[in-house]
Amino acid sequence: MAVTDHILSLVTFLPLVGAAAILLARFVAKGEGAANAARWIALGTTLATLGVAAWLTAVFDPSQVGYQFVERYEWFRAAQYHLGVDGVSILFVLLTAFLMPLCIAASWTTIKDRVVDYMIAFLVLETLVIGVFTSLDLFLFYIFFEGTLVPMFIIIGVWGGQNRIYAAYKFFLYTLLGSVLMLLAMLWMAFEAGTTSIPALKEYAFSAQAQPLLWLAFFASFAVKMPMWPVHTWLPDAHVQAPTAGSVILAGILLKLGGYGFILFNLPMFPQASQQFAPLVFALSVIAIVYTSLVAFRQTDIKKLIAYSSVAHMGFVTMGIFAGNEQGVQGAVFQMLSHGLISGALFLCVGVVYDRMHTREIAFYGGLTSKMPWFAAIFLMFTMANVGLPGTSGFIGEILTMTAVYEVSTWAALFAASGVIFSAVYALTLYRNVMFGEITNPALKTITDIDLRELAIFVPLIVGTLWLGVQPGLVLDVTAASVEGVTTAYRAAIGG
Amino acid sequence: MDLTGALQIAASELTLAVGAMVLLMLGAFMGEKSARLISILSVGLLIGASAVAATSPLGVAFDGAFVSDRLAVFAKVAIFLCSAVAIVLADGWMHRQRIARFELPILIVLASVGMAMMASSGDLISLYVGIELHSLALYVLAAFHRDDLKASEAGLKYFVLGALSSGLLLYGASLVYGFTGSMRFDDIAAVASADPGPGLIFGLVFLICGLAFKVSAAPFHMWTPDVYEGAPTPVVALFATAPKLAAMVLIARALDQGFGGIHDQWAQVLVLISLISFAVGAFGGLVQRDLQRLLAYSSIANIGYALLGLTAGTTAGVQAMLMFMTLYVIDQFGFFAILLSLSRGGRPIRRIADLAGLKKDRPLTAIALTVLSLSVLGMPPFSGFWGKYYVFGAAADAGYWQVAAAGLVASVVAAFYYLRIIKLMWFDPAPEGVEATDRAPIEAKTVALASAAFAFPLVIVGLTWLEPLTRIAATGYGAG
Repeated sequence: MAVTDHILSLVTFLPLVGAAAILLARFVAKGEGAANAARWIALGTTLATLGVAAWLTAVFDPSQVGYQFVERYEWFRAAQYHLGVDGVSILFVLLTAFLMPLCIAASWTTIKDRVVDYMIAFLVLETLVIGVFTSLDLFLFYIFFEGTLVPMFIIIGVWGGQNRIYAAYKFFLYTLLGSVLMLLAMLWMAFEAGTTSIPALKEYAFSAQAQPLLWLAFFASFAVKMPMWPVHTWLPDAHVQAPTAGSVILAGILLKLGGYGFILFNLPMFPQASQQFAPLVFALSVIAIVYTSLVAFRQTDIKKLIAYSSVAHMGFVTMGIFAGNEQGVQGAVFQMLSHGLISGALFLCVGVVYDRMHTREIAFYGGLTSKMPWFAAIFLMFTMANVGLPGTSGFIGEILTMTAVYEVSTWAALFAASGVIFSAVYALTLYRNVMFGEITNPALKTITDIDLRELAIFVPLIVGTLWLGVQPGLVLDVTAASVEGVTTAYRAAIGG
Repeated sequence: MDLTGALQIAASELTLAVGAMVLLMLGAFMGEKSARLISILSVGLLIGASAVAATSPLGVAFDGAFVSDRLAVFAKVAIFLCSAVAIVLADGWMHRQRIARFELPILIVLASVGMAMMASSGDLISLYVGIELHSLALYVLAAFHRDDLKASEAGLKYFVLGALSSGLLLYGASLVYGFTGSMRFDDIAAVASADPGPGLIFGLVFLICGLAFKVSAAPFHMWTPDVYEGAPTPVVALFATAPKLAAMVLIARALDQGFGGIHDQWAQVLVLISLISFAVGAFGGLVQRDLQRLLAYSSIANIGYALLGLTAGTTAGVQAMLMFMTLYVIDQFGFFAILLSLSRGGRPIRRIADLAGLKKDRPLTAIALTVLSLSVLGMPPFSGFWGKYYVFGAAADAGYWQVAAAGLVASVVAAFYYLRIIKLMWFDPAPEGVEATDRAPIEAKTVALASAAFAFPLVIVGLTWLEPLTRIAATGYGAG
């Protein structure tokens, strides 16, 4: 058991060690040598982290409720160094570790400027994100949660597109405004309950008067992060301006911090308030699903379209979580993991054509199928997964959350289901406009199909999406015990 | 209590006062070339005085006028060390500017005596004497670069507005004395809790206004941007740190000890001052072009946070203020040391826009400035976050969560201007045709890097001893 005692610290801080190694390599090598060293070290570190995360998942015992591999040390009075994972968070750790090497590989040739800084920013970001999922102390969580803003701000601001500075500011200030209110709630809770341990706070019964305010404070932070309508407007800007790998991380992982936060804080700690505000969440989620799907339909920029589709898909997640039953939360977790793979893959698809043509205008493209058959197949597969075709992971998440919501609110489920149709409309229209038809733009005559490096990036994502689609039990079995723990407590607390 | 006992209690102030006189004589005899020597001796004197402060007996001396408790000791050690760092920065600066005068370190030492008095004052007289003693030295320091028009303007402005605030303070003090019949805080407290008439409250409000001037809290902040802009940078580094800390401790003591029974009365005033400071600091900073003016607005907002800690009126609140101010002054020294270390062709970089592309030219300084900006912004896990953590925690716990929420929202607005510094350095290319920055003076560079290293990662260790220290200081306060 000796190694597993510190395995969470290892998986959390391993990327940071890689970042330090890159920094050292920079002193030894100069110019292109340092850039290459940075690329290889970053890839090696992220793969090693993936290895540790996979091993962690393998030795994790899904039948146990409660946190495993717990590490707890005194730090000082305000916060403790307290790590642990349950069935939900471990999968997010795995997802993060899984997407990161793909991001590094996707940036291999496209990032030519300040490669060393870029790789360091990604590795630091990986540490911070994994830290969010492993920390069990209120303020340790907050440190990691807020910390993710800084590397992402730099990634968008330095390596982003034309309008990157505006997008970087918007991303930073929007999310910061959400989370300062959460900080205040956390401070109040720590003083009130006298502990900063998240498992202990889950047991603590906050008074019915305090719950709505606390719930709203946490909601403000996570709703911006998710993002939920109407505070989603930072996301399209950030996505469009971010470099491809930045978009993958943003859609694949950073958005999930919001949903994870709902499951970690709002539902178990403030059950009465969660029940009270559930109709509000349903309403916002349904608006997000229907409205942003319609908005997505009218986009002229491919990345923006996918960004709006992310907002719509996150609507299913929030709806599922606040349905408060086992199916809903299971579905929400599943939807988040599946969306992490699918949206990541879609942004990588955009990256493929953007790297070749340096534009994301839908009107610029058309008829790519004849020139890029492999790419067409891959893009089609992920478009279908995004729509929620049975057999892909997208289907499982949507069907689980919708059936769960149906038990609680028929109307919400009804409208949400119509969103599925809308998503088919915009996704298939996009596919038709970009891929089918004759090549009308002469610039596209010379476009080449994907190369081996790009194929190697897509293969793991294809395997993951299909595998989870036909065998959802892989995920659901791991999350079952932990989710049941959360929902049982929730049901008991609201007396239902 | 006999005189020897009293003198022992006030040993650190006596050391400094006598030491300053000796240094003054030394300087007068040795002439202008003694500036470097006097600086070194002054730093030694201040470090020695902090050791004396830490070891001298606690107690009340001079009929209650002078209190030496753990709060005072903590504050004095911090003040003396701040002054010592300021002298280190100032010495290099005045030699580079070829205006080396031995008076500068001595004036800082004399100001420290006044600040120590403020931290230890037990009645209204010593409160006033402490404030005037440090202010007079600071007025001269502000105008130290006497051939510089802006510096003279800064000194004059500081003096006139400082005199006005002293007037307010004295008027408030005379009302308080008139309605309570005593100068001593503990006697005032007895009357205030028993029968707080409108006259006493009136005096209290004037007293708070006078003190708010000294910490540059809005709406009494008007002198701050001009003085920060005009006064020499190392002197501003001192203004931003030690006097603020001393005045905050003084406010804590005067309000908690003298008017502890009518907390709900003065808390309202402090809440108002805090709220206005948040707004002025956050929004005023947005339009600034000069780095030192920007730091002035940043300090206004931050003083609002420190006052919010005191508003709580609890031990946790005093502790929060001490934590906040300690972490804050370390950040401030980093900022000003970076300003001192940046120049192009002998001219200091003062405009924010001139930071563009600094990353290429001076990567280490850019990293340090980024860390410090993120720290003042309140990003975890940098040190500034923990200061805010304590302040907002104490305020939320005492029921002032609406004010705390306003402060946090203001911090998001202020985040914009700290992010602009980061953006300029990292995102923007250096403009064409701009010469490279000069070699940084070693002392400024050292202070800058040390502050940044403290802001992160040393703070992770630093908190484990700073937290108990401030707790002891806050709880042991008032006790003999």
